[in-house]
Amino acid sequence: MLAIDIISTLFMLAGAFVMILGPVGLLKFPDFYTRIHAAGKGDTLGQILVIFGCMIYEGFSFITIKLLMVVLFYLFAGPCSTHALMKAAYVTGVPVWKKGDKRM
Amino acid sequence: MEMTVAFSPEDIKSENRTFRFVLTFSVMFIFWVLLSAWSVYFPEPYDFTKVSRGVFCALIVTLLTWEIFVPRRGDKVLLKVQRLIPYMAWEIWQIYLAAVDVAKRILGILDIDPQIVEFDTPMLRSDFAFLAFATSITLTPGTVTILVDPERGRYTCHAIAKGPADGLAVDQGMQKYVAWVFMEESKEGEK
Repeated sequence: MLAIDIISTLFMLAGAFVMILGPVGLLKFPDFYTRIHAAGKGDTLGQILVIFGCMIYEGFSFITIKLLMVVLFYLFAGPCSTHALMKAAYVTGVPVWKKGDKRM
Repeated sequence: MEMTVAFSPEDIKSENRTFRFVLTFSVMFIFWVLLSAWSVYFPEPYDFTKVSRGVFCALIVTLLTWEIFVPRRGDKVLLKVQRLIPYMAWEIWQIYLAAVDVAKRILGILDIDPQIVEFDTPMLRSDFAFLAFATSITLTPGTVTILVDPERGRYTCHAIAKGPADGLAVDQGMQKYVAWVFMEESKEGEK
């Protein structure tokens, strides 16, 4: 039981670390598009790792299947929301930062 | 010519209508059993009213979705599913690589050099392939889809550096992979 606790905690901590990098990138990157990169990409892996930790903690039961469905839903919903934000910004003409420009 | 026949009214009247309805209903009912019935209803003694709730809910969802749940023209579905499973495993590996890549750029190990890429996808044809490819672009390292034009198969993407941009527009390895999974290599041959 202790081993399961340790493994699941490690997974959840790894997920939390990946998700903390998102806001850091949000502050550090220069424009809207690159910030979406930072916010959208790390989140997918972070969420999957946290839910995977929960699955290991729970053991094999029907809650595991429900968590697996949450992961699958996240795999579809994450890219869709990123894509919707990107498209809205691109259509309304948010300027694109190029290398060498000033920060926006 | 196949494409025009596939969506004709005669096809809707055909007998596989029942099969599609029953298949959708079975999947919905199994889904209900997995999600709520297993721990809530089944340990107790069998009762018709309890199961009838699930049947009722599954029936409503089936009536709403059976036309789109099972595609009308299922062509080599098993082979596609067989190819889709390793593709999804590869995609999860790409999610890991994407998170590592963006983490390196956030921590300053790799440089950022954002640019917008446009490229055509002559190999893809069906809507589902377009959707899968757009989602795959967003999940793979360093690139995010902005616009998709399904008429011409034209994608507009934002890449965070030159390496991922070249991977999409020049190498086109992922595009070939998606086309292979959905068996759409022979667009020119059919026309």
